[in-house]
Amino acid sequence: MGFLEELKALLPGRVLTGEAELAPYESDALTAYRKRPLAVALPERKEEVLGAVRLCHQYGVPFVARGSGTSLSGGSLPVEGGVVIALNRMNRILRLDPKARIAVVEPGVVNLKVSQEAAPFGLYYAPDPSSQPISTLGGNVAFNSGGAHCLKYGMTANHVLGLEVVTPTGEVVRLGGESLEGVGPDLHGFFVGTEGLLGVAVEITLRLLPKPEAYHTVLAAYPSLEAAGEAVSRVIRAGLLPGAMEIMDRLSIEAAEKAVRAGYPPVEGLLIVELEGPKEEVAEEALVLEGVLRESGALELRVARDEAERQAIWKGRKAAFSAVGRLSPDYLVQDGVVPRSRLGEALREIQRLSREYGLRVANVFHAGDGNLHPLVLYDGKKPGELERAEALAGEILRLCVRLGGSLTGEHGIGVEKKGYMPEMFAPEDLLAMEEVKRALDSQGLANRGKVLPEVVRAGA
Amino acid sequence: MQHQIPIQKLGKEGEVMAHAIEACVHCGFCLPTCPTYVVLQEEMDSPRGRIFLMKEVLEGNLKLEEALPYLDRCLACQACVTACPSGVPYGELIATFRLWSEEKRHRFPLERTFRLGLLRTLPYPERFRPLAKLGARLKPLLKPLPLPKPLKAPLALLPDRLPEEAPYREVYPAKGERKARVGILLGCAQRVLRPSINQATIRVLQENGVEVVAVPEQACCGALNLHAGDKEGARALARKNLKAFRDVDYVVTNAAGCGSGMKEYPLLFLGEPEEEEARALAAKVKDLSVLLDELGFIPPPPPSRPLRVAYHDACHLAHAQGIREAPRRLLKAAGLEVLEPKEWELCCGSAGTYNLFQPEIAEALGRRKAENLKATGADLVATGNIGCLTQIQAYLDLPVLHTAELLALLYEGKDPLA
Repeated sequence: MGFLEELKALLPGRVLTGEAELAPYESDALTAYRKRPLAVALPERKEEVLGAVRLCHQYGVPFVARGSGTSLSGGSLPVEGGVVIALNRMNRILRLDPKARIAVVEPGVVNLKVSQEAAPFGLYYAPDPSSQPISTLGGNVAFNSGGAHCLKYGMTANHVLGLEVVTPTGEVVRLGGESLEGVGPDLHGFFVGTEGLLGVAVEITLRLLPKPEAYHTVLAAYPSLEAAGEAVSRVIRAGLLPGAMEIMDRLSIEAAEKAVRAGYPPVEGLLIVELEGPKEEVAEEALVLEGVLRESGALELRVARDEAERQAIWKGRKAAFSAVGRLSPDYLVQDGVVPRSRLGEALREIQRLSREYGLRVANVFHAGDGNLHPLVLYDGKKPGELERAEALAGEILRLCVRLGGSLTGEHGIGVEKKGYMPEMFAPEDLLAMEEVKRALDSQGLANRGKVLPEVVRAGA
Repeated sequence: MQHQIPIQKLGKEGEVMAHAIEACVHCGFCLPTCPTYVVLQEEMDSPRGRIFLMKEVLEGNLKLEEALPYLDRCLACQACVTACPSGVPYGELIATFRLWSEEKRHRFPLERTFRLGLLRTLPYPERFRPLAKLGARLKPLLKPLPLPKPLKAPLALLPDRLPEEAPYREVYPAKGERKARVGILLGCAQRVLRPSINQATIRVLQENGVEVVAVPEQACCGALNLHAGDKEGARALARKNLKAFRDVDYVVTNAAGCGSGMKEYPLLFLGEPEEEEARALAAKVKDLSVLLDELGFIPPPPPSRPLRVAYHDACHLAHAQGIREAPRRLLKAAGLEVLEPKEWELCCGSAGTYNLFQPEIAEALGRRKAENLKATGADLVATGNIGCLTQIQAYLDLPVLHTAELLALLYEGKDPLA
């Protein structure tokens, strides 16, 4: 029996090989890249994932684990001649323990589902990427996903307590446990964010938090993007730690309004600040916040009057990326990070670059974290425009690194940004990463071709 | 999304399809609201996947027959349209693609006959009524037999006894001061299977100061044919309606699919001489709930005991026409407590003739919907579409009523649970 026959015997009726079955798996949410896989496997239990990975290891076939395929960096792009292990059917919450405040889930569980199931116990799962209603926890773990509210609560890594992982060589390991305090090195923390290079998480233990008692969500309108950026530092300097601080520029406001009608004022810079916590505390902080925002030169302050208005504000913000599709046939989403104190400088420079390249750039970002999301708008039908957009995006990445930031805040390196790794890391650093990868996956099967640039591999 | 669709070669239909495909950014926001994706968890059974498949077919990279199983499984419920942040007109895309592909595809003779049979009987009450009567009479005899699913499914949806339909008068006067003069679309299968919905609609409109005209020359809206890719059949029916409803302020529809079907007339006559007229008629079409809500609803006397009603959003009201609030406002104004089921956006599996052609998926969705409605703890269920009503009733042990029926009972001072 060959590889495919064995795989089909392992997963009867659940190995896709037809043309029409494979085509829709060619891309994730970054459609500029496309690769036709050899097959798509649909395991329903972790033992089946293990079996599939063992077969890949035995036959030397590369594989990519995939959830909802929402990666913006091409993280779940198939490898040519490789297998896509689609984990969507592994979407069970195995255990939800409200006393211990943990949830044990399969990797195909959608992020938002955890909070929905935990809600009757007054609990929720804090990391909230904009793709929260779609993206799966397996992917969130692989990319250490962030979200608007990670300013206060931290990224996925801060909420994963334990993992069961199928390694690229087909072994099962348990990392971490069920509490924050563990013995030995933080190996599960090490796994989170490795973008599928070190194996497939098949069981994830998550930390749940009590739902905040009260929210206070404010929209502050500014005459410029910089002024909005400046206000962010003022809020932090005033000793406040809001649940979220987000900024949207005129273009992204326009797009989000078209999609959701959230009621955003049409201004150059819009700051969304959300306070959350015990009622009295939030009420007190709200007064301080109002003073700070007024002093910061806000043209208008608008407070969400009820939960529906609050939801509308967030819905607009979280739909913003996709909504930009209404303004432009194509766009590239960037994900660079700059120190919060240099936000204004970065935004100014991005606007300059936008003019220089003659391409529109929409800005919508996690301002509190300094995590920028410039969206470079282009029309792929115009010759040379994609190349120009990529060049502009590259300049923005270099700018972030130059200002002391990072290539990515939460979308990952994937295929899209691996060429820029040498901008941020010295050859020795990259070599060390390569060595770790090789130690755990000597054949380079797990998510081959992602994160680590070929240059290093060739030179190694 | 980038594409190389030869628009010039495909003409106006190509433009419509290419425009929709361009707008898709492949973000995946459509996935969790797509009924087939929720059940099957496979990318090619998702809106985003289907858009990709249609693109590949139109570009000539993929054989139509390869893509069809997945495209055929689409319910065209348009939940993805509601969820889509980048504004992909998926409903237009799938409808146009089906029109475009029907003549190019292969169908087995038996399947062809079954489909054609449906398309030539269901939309014509005078043909469908005797058949339905026969079916209802034979149902007890046929039920225990091991029939193939495509025959079992429609039989299960037939009522045990077919109610008699009273002939329609041409004009029903408004009660009190006349606020509007509207034409009522009498529909096709609905008036045969459940004539009480039309009667209730007329009653409720009269109570609200609306004069109702039941234009005799009208025909079925043609949505069934349109969505099955039968362009000529749909056009023939639509032409009759273009003529029949020329002289009324509004055309009131009381079946979600008919309302959205008539609003799709411009698409059906794309580039044809009737396109303008189709646009004008489409603009006059209003669902019963919207018309009442806009005119200023005069509520019935409140029910004699507290009633908890779970409202089920018919896809072709909520997603295709964006109507969610109006029916709820009416029910609340009528003194009912309105409860919201989980997964409101998910189709019940009825979707026109879907439950006849894809019975397995339809059943999975029907059961899921019934469970969600039951879980609200409601006394009864209200919805704005006969298809949903029949489908849900098959899996639910609570009364399921059309919003109009429920309101009419209250105007008559009757207990809806009796």
